Formats: sequence, C-alpha cells, structure tokens
Amino acid sequence: MKNKLSWFAVPYVGWMALMVVIPILIMVVYAFTTAEFEGTLENFAEMGSYASVFLRSFRLALVATLVCVLIGYPVSYWMAHEGPGFQRMAMALIMLPMWMNFLLRTYSWMSILENNGLLNQLFRNIGVIDLYNQIAPFFVDLRNAIAAHFGAAQTNFVPIEYFELIGTPGAVVLGMVYNYLPFMILPIYSVILKLDSNLLEAARDLGADSGRVFRKVILPLSLPGVLSGVTMVFVPSVSTFAISRLLGGGTQMMLGDLIEQQFLGGAYDPHLGAAISMVMMVIVVVCMVVMNRFGEGEGEAVIL
Amino acid sequence: MSKELIRLTDCVMAFDEDIVLDKINLSIKDKEFLTLLGPSGCGKTTTLRIIGGFQTPTSGDVLLDGVRINAVPPHKRTINTVFQKYALFPHLNVYENIAFGLRIPKADTKGIKVKLPEEEIDRRVMEMLEIVNLRGFEKRRTSQLSGGQQQRVAIARALVNQPKVLLLDEPLGALDLKLRKDMQNELKRIQKAMEITFVYVTHDQEEALAMSDTVVVMDAGRIQQIGSPEDIYNEPQNAFVADFIGESNIIDGVMRSDGVVEIFNRRFQCLDGGFERDEAVDVVIRPEDVDIVPEDQGQLKGTVTSVTFKGMQYDIIVDFYGFKWLIQTTDLSPVGSRIGIKIDPDGIHVMKKSAYSGMFGDYSSYSEEYEEISDASYDPEEEDSGDEE
Repeated sequence: MKNKLSWFAVPYVGWMALMVVIPILIMVVYAFTTAEFEGTLENFAEMGSYASVFLRSFRLALVATLVCVLIGYPVSYWMAHEGPGFQRMAMALIMLPMWMNFLLRTYSWMSILENNGLLNQLFRNIGVIDLYNQIAPFFVDLRNAIAAHFGAAQTNFVPIEYFELIGTPGAVVLGMVYNYLPFMILPIYSVILKLDSNLLEAARDLGADSGRVFRKVILPLSLPGVLSGVTMVFVPSVSTFAISRLLGGGTQMMLGDLIEQQFLGGAYDPHLGAAISMVMMVIVVVCMVVMNRFGEGEGEAVIL
Repeated sequence: MSKELIRLTDCVMAFDEDIVLDKINLSIKDKEFLTLLGPSGCGKTTTLRIIGGFQTPTSGDVLLDGVRINAVPPHKRTINTVFQKYALFPHLNVYENIAFGLRIPKADTKGIKVKLPEEEIDRRVMEMLEIVNLRGFEKRRTSQLSGGQQQRVAIARALVNQPKVLLLDEPLGALDLKLRKDMQNELKRIQKAMEITFVYVTHDQEEALAMSDTVVVMDAGRIQQIGSPEDIYNEPQNAFVADFIGESNIIDGVMRSDGVVEIFNRRFQCLDGGFERDEAVDVVIRPEDVDIVPEDQGQLKGTVTSVTFKGMQYDIIVDFYGFKWLIQTTDLSPVGSRIGIKIDPDGIHVMKKSAYSGMFGDYSSYSEEYEEISDASYDPEEEDSGDEE
C-alpha cells in the first residue's frame, strides 16, 4: 500500500467512511455512554442477563450453517458434475427465490407452517395426524411403564389436532436455511467447478479409488469454498430478527430481536442496544478469524 | 530388450464420427524407452491415455503382461503417469505429494488391504528425492518450486510406486531449452537406473531421437513407422516420416532397376531395391548428405537462392530446375552462385509412393519451421524440358 490512492478511490473511501466507519464509531460511543452521554460500562454489566439469547442465537445460527453445509456441499458437487445446460438451469432455480422479497418469502413459510397452515392441512388430509394419534399412545404407555419402574411422573396422552411446527427452533432454522442456502451453494459450486481435472486423474493414477480421491483431493481443495459459504450463512443467521420473530412465534428470541427492541420496541434503550450489537460483532469477528486461521492451516493439518 | 509387456491390438478410438485412433497395433517391451512421436492431434496422447486407463478403446484390446486390461480402472493398474502440466497437489508439500501413492493401502497376496509402515514410506520418499536431486525440498510447497523442480516432483511421485510402466505426456514441454536438455539426460539416467519401461509422448523429433530405444511415428490416428531412432531417420517409410524427422528434400523419382533411381532425368546410384521396374517413387535426400562441387563436376547443377548462417553450418536453398532443395554445408556459397552437387549412393533413400507423396520436402517456401508444408500442387514435370543447361 505504498502507492498513493488514486483519485478514483475517493468516492469509495468517502462512501466507506460515511456508511461503515462512522456508524461503527457511533455504535461504540453509544455502547460506552448513558442516556446523558456520560461514560459508563453499565451497559455491558447487564449483558449477563441476556446470555440465553446469545446462546440461542449462536446455537440456531450454527445449526442452520451446518444444515446448509450438509445440503449445499452435495448439491454443489452434483451440479458441478452435470452438463452446462443443467448447471445453468439449476443455478436459475437456486437464484429464483432470491428475486422475491425476503419478508414475502418468510411470510409464505408462516402460512405453510401454521397450525392450520398448508402443511398441517396436508397431514390431516392424507391421514398422518390420525396415524400419529393411533401410534403415539403406545409410546406414551411404554414411557409411562418405564417411568413407573423408576418411580417417575406419568403423562397422559392427549390427541393432537395439528403438529406444532411454527414457533419452534426448527422453524427458525428452516427459515434461515431456506433464505441463506444459496450463499452456501454458490462459493462451493464455483470452487468445485474450477478444480483441475488433471489433479483428479493424477490421484486415480496413483492408486486412489473414488472415495479416496474425494477425501484426499476434492474435499481439501474445496474447503476454501466451504469456509466462505460458512461465513456468508453464519453471519446473517446469527443477527437475523425477522426470521426468528415470524417463524419463532415470539418464543425464539434472538439477538436481532433483542437489539431491535432496544431501538424500535418497548424497551427503548439505544445505549444498551449498541452495547449488545458491539458484543455480538466482536464475537462474530473472533469466530471468523479463528475459522479462517483453521482454514489456512487446513491444507497441512488435515493431511499430515 | 526382453519380453513383451504391453500390447495394443487393433485399438480404435472414436468419438461419435470422429476417429482419433485407427486400428493401432503396438507392442512395448519390458524395460524399453518407447516414444510416441507426432504432430498435435495425431493420437499419441490418446494412445497414452488408453494405456493409463483414462480412456477405454472403442474396439480392440489392451494387454498388460498378457492380461486384457481394457476395463481395469487407472487406480488398479501398475502403471503411473507424469502429466503434461505436472498436476501436483497444491494442498500438499513435496514430501506428501510423493508419498500420496504410498499412503494408499494395497491388497497383499491374500487380498487383505495393508498400509505401508511409516518408516518404509519415509525411506522410499527420501530415496526418490535423492534420485531426482530434490533432497532438502521435502517441506516446500509445490508453488514455491521452479518448473524443472515441479517436473522432478511429478516424476518422483509416479516412480515411487515402482510401476511396471511409466507414462510421460510431453513432460518437458513447458521447460526452456537448456533445462530440457538436462532433463532429457536425467530421465534417461533414471530409466536406466530403475529399469522401468517408459512410454514417452512428444512432438519434438530431436527429443525422440535422443532418448528412445524405439520411436513410434504417428499421424492422423495411424502409426506411420515403428523403429529405432536410426531406422526412423535413415530409412523413413513415407514422405510424412521423412519430413517430420529431421530435414528432407523429397523428390519425385522413377526406379529404373535395383540400385538405380532417376531424378530430373538423371540416373543416380542408390542402395535400395525391390521395386517394380519404372515404378514411380519418392526419393529422400538429407540436406547433410549432399556434397557441393564445382558446377562442371556436378551430377546436378543449380543456383543458390538463399543462405542462412546456423552456427555449425550454412543452410542454403538451391534451385534445381525449379525445385528448391535445402543443403547444409560448411563452405559458403553466396546467393546467386552456380553450384554442382554430388550424392553418394548411401545418401539416397527411396520410398514407395504414399498418401503423403507431394505434400512435403520442397523448400520453395522455406522457413525455419520444421512443420512447414510446402505447396502440394507443384509439379516438377512441367518445367523439366525448357530448363536444361
């Protein structure tokens, strides 16, 4: 960076200062001050009481990221090995939902997952719910028998009208996976597509069967794609608020919701909100740095 | 040279309508250095890939040690390959690249997969590093190596598995001339030391002549000639081989009787025979086999039209009755001078007419490129009469 910045960089630098650096500074100032703008650490002292929200946020984001890897990797791998026509079509299908508004997509999931939603109606119509009501008593009895043996409390079986889908952690994870999966598929797909086919031939030539070629060559070489996919899914997941509010039914409060409440909600306290934002940002940055470190050493670490 | 190791019988490779290999028959002996030589698109790399198992011939058989291996995948063949662009694993260091094949569990005599002990792997990798002169480079990343060093890692990675056959696909193509010469010697030395069959693909005729026990000249999906480097150079079977290997003047001639060939209405002594009386033939005369004499003593007389200084010799182009010859000489004959030439009987090589007749061997449009194809429609007969001296 010895070169003087070219004049063309001025708009970019100006924009970044205005839209990134200054807001972060404002956040830091708010986080360390009271409502009267006197210096304080009190905002951070309260952080402990929100530990459960922090935990839930990171846990759900982690699960969503993991699910995205588990779905995204095989899909990317498969896509990269199909013909160019198929690849274009698959790519269009993956990108298609992203042309719709994010909130609209999430509201759609609400109407699918609701107690009287599309999915439950379907289950009712094809008899899945009746089936459950017939089978479940057997397991409840079994559980009661075991509980009686250990002297534990008994439960009564209550027939259900619907499966509880909305308002569960699973619904929130589903929403995250649905919204962020393309960000996992794209980087992995492009890395696998660019893999030198000579390397795969070389590995086969040296005696590796297809399983070994995958484990020893394809997987380590596609790891950078996985890492950037993980970053691109994990960061928005951990800070989301719309998904958790709409699909979590108010029971799955995440950091995003907590922060939103401090600024727009009833618990108006921008200074606390700034402090929570700052803590979250620091944790995310640390996570990313650690992961990328791990990624750099991966080439040697996995193999040796 | 001992027993046969690899045999290709009537191997055909076709992609839809496109026939890449047309009934290739080839026998490769144990411990032999065999080179597949030809211009790009001649089918040499396809032949190599069939032996390596990366492609299955459309029809025909591939035999290794007498066993048909058409359907055996590459990882189950005791054959290793040095790829054109090295194909080193970028995520592994030099040591691990070489150890890659050794770390794969192999079935023992009872068919149980066993891993090599770490000490054995270490011993063999170190031994290979010694052989390719890369001791001390174990921990380097492959991206930190020069082209020549990467090349040697690729060779070590293949040879460490002690294959029966090593396939090399234009392995020196990306190296500069000096390094290439060094690596040619190096490869030859390694092949001798390890007593492994090498099948080498190149389009560089000099490289092929310098390194091989056997040269297989290919063009258009067919084998044009198989022979020792000397055979290929001295006794080319058709105009393609004569032109592709070294420099050649290829002239239309008529075989008057055994040992007598007529060029430009003059009879020359030669050593070839076995042709029909008055059969039309292609006559090859190598530029270095022509002696320049004073004009009045020459069997043929011509005018020098161009002189190029090449260091060891001059390349001169001489016009004989409208047909241009390349002659290599150490004596300078200036442009425009009239000279005579003499050709000894062993400097004349007579070939049967082939599909390639008339396509090569005229230096009218001489350039430094070996592959330059001269004007095929040229017919010396038309100009023969009026041009007598």
